[in-house]
Amino acid sequence: MRLIKLILLILFLTLSFQKILIANNNSLIVDKISKNLRCLICQGQSVYDSQSDFAMSMKLLIKNKIENGESEDQIYDYLKNQYGEWIVYDPEFNKKNLILWIFPLILFIFGGLLIYRKVFIN
Amino acid sequence: MKKNIFYSILFLFFLFIFSIFYIGLDKPNFYTPKEIKNKKLETFSSKELFSNEQFQSNDLIKVNKFTILNIWASWCIPCKQEHSLLMDLKNKTDINIIGLNYKDKKNNAKNFINELGNPFSKILTDPDGIISISLGAYGVPETFLLNNKSKVIRKYIGPLNNDHVLEIINIIKS
Repeated sequence: MRLIKLILLILFLTLSFQKILIANNNSLIVDKISKNLRCLICQGQSVYDSQSDFAMSMKLLIKNKIENGESEDQIYDYLKNQYGEWIVYDPEFNKKNLILWIFPLILFIFGGLLIYRKVFIN
Repeated sequence: MKKNIFYSILFLFFLFIFSIFYIGLDKPNFYTPKEIKNKKLETFSSKELFSNEQFQSNDLIKVNKFTILNIWASWCIPCKQEHSLLMDLKNKTDINIIGLNYKDKKNNAKNFINELGNPFSKILTDPDGIISISLGAYGVPETFLLNNKSKVIRKYIGPLNNDHVLEIINIIKS
């Protein structure tokens, strides 16, 4: 009898511990995603930082989607489809923002060339 | 000669940077969402405010040629302002207006309707705001004009005004 009680207790503790771990892990993913999302109705805040109704609902939606087994990419794609690319802080590489991505690289190469000329050629 | 070319490039470079910032000065730093047209509205299911019956949004939208989906809440002041326009729309046209009650207390929502009139054929509830987010809404009030295939014909962010109502009437009549 004691053995059965002990086994049941261990089983119960293991299950609860596992649930806590999963919940904790999910909330970490929600935090991670919401930190990369722009709160569209509050200036200069991420969804993670904001306490607005919009942000609170969005965090809940993300949590539900994670619990339904959706991946981070799927959630980002879904939100981009609903609200446009502006919602993510990390802009995608496309025609519209080509200059944004290429410009620092050009500047870097140009600066590098200048330094190279100054140091090695002169 | 080489120096001249170098300074010319440098000058053009700074001119380019200056123009970008100068143009940027005039741009508003608020996010103004682009109008979303011809996008299919996501199907959702929710409980009706008064009857507590569960409804599928598609079933309510496909019945009429045009449907208005209005997101509102009793605590939202602009919703009160636009309510009379929704009542007008209901009285002047035979358009189907569905309400989506956003993050509201049931009793407050019912009082709001009892006090100001009910332009809605059905009022679905969105207690935690998830449905509105899945529809791509920003907050309350927000209004979608949909066809019977749930395609968004117009989306109005913020309270409706007389011009919006006229536009809706023209679209319905055309």
